[in-house]
Amino acid sequence: MSDFWSLYIIIITVVNILGCLALLYFTRKKKQSGQEGETTGHVYDGIEEYDNPLPRWWLWLFYITIIFSVIYLILYPGLGKYEGVLGWTQDKQYQEEVAITDAKVLPLYKKYSAMDIPALLNEPQAIKMGQAIFANTCFGCHGADAKGSLGFPDLTDNEWLYGGSPAQIKHSILKGRNGVMPEWKDSLSEDDILALSSYISSKNDFERPVIETFLAQGETAYNQSCAACHGRDLKGNQALGAPNLTDGVWLHGASPGLVKDVIRHGRINRMPGHESILGKDKSHLVAAYVYSLSNKKEKSEN
Amino acid sequence: MNHEKVEKNVALMGILIVIVISFGGLAEIVPLFFVKNTTEPVAGLEPYTPLQLEGRDVYIKEGCHVCHSQMVRPFRAETERFGPYSVAGEDVYEFPFLWGSKRTGPDLARVGGRYSDEWHYVHLMNPRDVVPESNMPSYPWLDEKLIDSKLTPKKLSAMKTLGVPYTEEDILTSSELVEGKTEMEALIAYLQSLGLEITEKTGAR
Repeated sequence: MSDFWSLYIIIITVVNILGCLALLYFTRKKKQSGQEGETTGHVYDGIEEYDNPLPRWWLWLFYITIIFSVIYLILYPGLGKYEGVLGWTQDKQYQEEVAITDAKVLPLYKKYSAMDIPALLNEPQAIKMGQAIFANTCFGCHGADAKGSLGFPDLTDNEWLYGGSPAQIKHSILKGRNGVMPEWKDSLSEDDILALSSYISSKNDFERPVIETFLAQGETAYNQSCAACHGRDLKGNQALGAPNLTDGVWLHGASPGLVKDVIRHGRINRMPGHESILGKDKSHLVAAYVYSLSNKKEKSEN
Repeated sequence: MNHEKVEKNVALMGILIVIVISFGGLAEIVPLFFVKNTTEPVAGLEPYTPLQLEGRDVYIKEGCHVCHSQMVRPFRAETERFGPYSVAGEDVYEFPFLWGSKRTGPDLARVGGRYSDEWHYVHLMNPRDVVPESNMPSYPWLDEKLIDSKLTPKKLSAMKTLGVPYTEEDILTSSELVEGKTEMEALIAYLQSLGLEITEKTGAR
């Protein structure tokens, strides 16, 4: 703030306060000696108006507001560049508030960050912290119960697009993932797509009616178009995030209609990286929580 | 001073009231037009692309600002949840600003990049598909309505008049950049741009 604007604010504020004081002082009504009950002489439909002075306590309330403002402007910033005796700033107050919590929480972050994720399974507090961060940051896509929804992976089963090891989970959280299934509607005929749907169904744990006569055509189409990413054995490829097509987990829906739609139009599955949002320590705790969801048994065996 | 003169003369009283009230504005508002930290953009702040600007208009038209604020206040609880607190320099290209005053839904000042485009699409079509407990309305018509690309250059030049640094070339090419785009695409582009200049720089503590 330049000196000019600082001075400008100071002058207006001071003039304003003095003006209020003067106005109050010169327009206050002197105490009348025992003449209460006198009227102003105005009569409206037979209603008259008393001409009593403002009650003392009321008048003093006005004076007190002025005294308050003067004290306030001495203690806190308000007069241009003057910072106030207390040196208060919004940011300072925020930093203090953060520091109080940091003092409690940072040692915990430090302690848990130094531990391996499997070891954290035995630290209920760490898992609880991870869960709290998950509930705040991850629920939008993966759901408050981490079971996901159509198009957003369930994190509680033990089927993984990009791998379920602690390091892989942590990588997914920090750096995010980009899954792309291309659209095939221009390169495959509707017949091929129908046959593919049947062929994949026949190999999948999730039971659906299969049209036997289509299986041969489906297999040919699969090996030509799909095997590069999903593998000849349909087991997928975690390096690419290509889903396993033999388990019963259907990220984009198990119905033949939806499966065909996915083949026709493809899908983009992007998980944003959270390194810049959560930072390493919190991501570590979230990873531990996510890991704990599908590795509870190990914990009870230990 | 003679009370009666003021009380019986409406015009005089009106003028005096305006003078008294203007003290507040003169001291609190006027300097903000000239003070650096409210008039200078934060580092990395770019004007909206034509598509984002159109998305912003969709945001206003659908009344998103009625339920969502765009103002992270400097409290720990807010910065933990939403990201770094808002500063004045982020809003120098905002006409009008969309800080909002009420949070039925979460604050959106830092929502850019937090979800995938696909998530936003599913969520705007029917929020309960991804967040079962959500009470946000569905906006399926956004996916059908196209942006009126004829109006885009006018909007950009209006923004230019207000001080957003668009070039003549930006304005001329803006039409084709939004041609054939749906309101859904525009809104998602806008949402994905929110708060990036701060979140990308400062990151997590």
